[in-house]
Amino acid sequence: MSEHIVQPRIYIVIFLALMLGTGLTVVAAFHDFPGPLNAVVALTIAVIKATLVVLYFMHVRYSSRLIWLVIGSALFWLAIMFALTISDYWTRTWLPPL
Amino acid sequence: MSEVATTYEAGAHSALQHHFENMEQQREAGTLGMWVFLVTEIMFFGALFLAYTIYRYQYPAAFASASNHLDIRLGAINTAVLIVSSFTMAMAVYSTQVGKQRNTIICLILTMILGATFLGIKAIEYHDKYRDHLIPGQLIPGHPFNPAVAKPGDTDEHKLHLVEGATVHNVELFYWIYFAMTGLHALHMIIGLGIMIVLTIMAWRGRFGPEYHAPVEISGLYWHFVDIIWIFLFPLLYLLGRHLEGRIG
Amino acid sequence: MEEFTIPKPPRTNYLNAEYGLKSWLLTKDHKRIALLYLGAISFFFFIGSLYAMAIRLELLSPQGDLVQSSTYNKMFTQHGIIMVFFFLIPSIPATLGNFLIPMMIGAKDLAFPRINLLSWYIYMLGGIVTIYALLAGGVDTGWTFYVPYSTTFSNSYVIATGLGIFINGFSSILTGLNFIVTIHTMRAPGMTWYRLPLFVWAHYATSLIMILGTPVIAITVLLVALERLAHIGIFDPAAGGDPVLFQHLFWFYSHPAVYIMVLPGMGVISELIANFSRKNIFGYKFVAFSSLAIAVFGFLVWGHHLFVASQSVYAGMIFSFLSFAVAIPSAIKVFNWTATLYKGSISYDTPMLYALGFIGLFTIGGMTGLFLAALAVDVHLSDTYFVVAHFHYIMVGGTLLAYLGGLHYWWPKISGRMYPEGWGRFSALVVFVGFNLTFSPQFILGYMGMPRRYHTYPADMVSWQVLHVLSTAGASILGVGLLIPLFYLIWSMRYGRIAEANPWNLPGLEWQTASPPPTENFLITPVVTQEAYEFAPPEHKEVVGKFERQQRTEI
Repeated sequence: MSEHIVQPRIYIVIFLALMLGTGLTVVAAFHDFPGPLNAVVALTIAVIKATLVVLYFMHVRYSSRLIWLVIGSALFWLAIMFALTISDYWTRTWLPPL
Repeated sequence: MSEVATTYEAGAHSALQHHFENMEQQREAGTLGMWVFLVTEIMFFGALFLAYTIYRYQYPAAFASASNHLDIRLGAINTAVLIVSSFTMAMAVYSTQVGKQRNTIICLILTMILGATFLGIKAIEYHDKYRDHLIPGQLIPGHPFNPAVAKPGDTDEHKLHLVEGATVHNVELFYWIYFAMTGLHALHMIIGLGIMIVLTIMAWRGRFGPEYHAPVEISGLYWHFVDIIWIFLFPLLYLLGRHLEGRIG
Repeated sequence: MEEFTIPKPPRTNYLNAEYGLKSWLLTKDHKRIALLYLGAISFFFFIGSLYAMAIRLELLSPQGDLVQSSTYNKMFTQHGIIMVFFFLIPSIPATLGNFLIPMMIGAKDLAFPRINLLSWYIYMLGGIVTIYALLAGGVDTGWTFYVPYSTTFSNSYVIATGLGIFINGFSSILTGLNFIVTIHTMRAPGMTWYRLPLFVWAHYATSLIMILGTPVIAITVLLVALERLAHIGIFDPAAGGDPVLFQHLFWFYSHPAVYIMVLPGMGVISELIANFSRKNIFGYKFVAFSSLAIAVFGFLVWGHHLFVASQSVYAGMIFSFLSFAVAIPSAIKVFNWTATLYKGSISYDTPMLYALGFIGLFTIGGMTGLFLAALAVDVHLSDTYFVVAHFHYIMVGGTLLAYLGGLHYWWPKISGRMYPEGWGRFSALVVFVGFNLTFSPQFILGYMGMPRRYHTYPADMVSWQVLHVLSTAGASILGVGLLIPLFYLIWSMRYGRIAEANPWNLPGLEWQTASPPPTENFLITPVVTQEAYEFAPPEHKEVVGKFERQQRTEI
């Protein structure tokens, strides 16, 4: 199985994108978006940055499906932990106190 | 034992372990092993992110106030430092893949310098917290959590500026999360630096080349992961209340 | 069975390849590491049993006359911690799993032999730290070390014990990591996923749980220690913290942990049932995928431990529903095992006795879990002896029996000797009788309202005392039944009948090499051409396993 060698210029492009994302998120942080959107914007940028690191710096774009499955499983399990715990906190106040 | 068939034929790479059939299998196993380990790290940090999420949901004003007190310049610089270090790490892997030993060593050393810079800046930030009495509980005996709270109109940077609805009590909650998460992250950085030192020595001795560079690649995965954790820590810890800075109570 | 020339057993096997303490303590051989674990785990099981005896002796009489309540708190806490973390979780994976997985897939060793050895050292370090905590004064928080008692009010060695558990967690993680990578990357040519023994599937699912769950309890223990040390108030309501968040984080791991305990046992039972009925397992793919389903579903139900802990009722309903759902894959396994037995050629050797015991007792334990999954019923049964009986039926009636059954089944492979069959069957029966006598009264006690973790009960509840006396009597019988194998297994290592390579005459890959095996397991890398549990050649497979009568052909 041949190993895919990622060219340095791709790394440079990704690096610049990451720096841009960092600048963007700092600027966006000072802008007052309506409602909870500040958090949404910040997290979206963070997720995009993380995805770039995973796909290119960590070579996942060129990796086997098994690795994709491993990463997907980790995210799925994290989601389970968050979703079910938050389901408790979010719904605690739904019932009126007796 | 003469009937024992071995894979240690003449010409087998010196780094091939006896229980693997060939270098490809060894590399595959090593890479998968590191990814599985990173899964455990995701769950490890994930539990702390969960605690952060729950408490931020419950005390948004306190969290915003506390976050605003962190130094955004140092945080942003650190983020940039780590991103550059990820780049140099990726270049180190590339250099081994194309057999450039000198570049490998240079890139690894650059990565280490950047990592150390990150830790240095972190140390400065921790010291600032210590100075402002923001270290939670009795972590430092005799130096409890006791920040000075700014009154309206006071622009002293060392004082805590509370957003409407925040209490100092809940601000302490933010700070233990801050120290727990950045502390754990810093610990992983230190371990990463240790790994880099070992890799640099191995590279210096000419152990890596196009046919064998799995340790560099695998360590790269670890390093990038530590970077990714910070990519999430930075906005969640430093940026969440900045848009409220105009509405300081 | 196809012709396979088993090479003459070499005089050198993994046991006598090298002598000396260093060759054991610095070994990279997964089989030796398995034996290192076997010794350590047996030691911890013994310690945990001593605490169990203390508990049962105290409960013989209604008054708290054997020990003070603070001491009793330490007894049940330490019984729980040692049994859960130092016996049940590592038992089958670290001993049988370590020994057999490379052999079952045709590999020379696990993917990372040195990490395997490291996991044993980490286990020992965690054990030593925990024993230190026990000797220094013990811990009295219950094995669940709920806050705020564990963080603020307990005067016992919470941090030291927590440290021991934290360290031990890494042993679990490394074992799971090793298994996953090994099973993915080191299978012999021809060993496809669907030819893997179900023991391997079960351990793969278990490893998934170890990897995904253990880090969360590591953090939880760390936070408790931090709060105890630094009084930070993470879970302290006065500071804005939430004690229920602790319970969420704790049970996110600790519920899947019970599947870490039982899944390997189920893997062993699949092997025992199929092999001692000399019949292919009924519904191989269903059993394989049910292991994975248990691993996934097991992570979705932790809130059923928080039903009475002020968790939102709506979340409680979701968790209750999911807790019912998680029983389905386990039930699938039980049905498939039963169908495997049907029209099988069953031999009642010791391992089979343990396997049959498992099926019955696990079914009872599992079904009583459903009672607890029902929200309204759980309000009454929570924190009573009903819960205690439920989980002991699964952990002792299930996992322990599977462990013993597997140990006996693979004993000739491990040691090269047969255990004495008569004594084996006798002690299996003693264990079964003793176990049921110990724990079935506890269901009734719990239903009648006896709380768990109490060392006294009202003297005028005569029926309670009767039940407790029965339970303690059963525990003594169980203890005897568990001691007998300790003696004859050790005896057999020197005086037992020498076992041939395949003493049970079975098709599994591990039986196609010498007993005990050479260090590298197989002299020649095997090429697998058979399906798992292939007792009859393919053209005759229609005859066995179907419910309608078929024309039997001459074999």
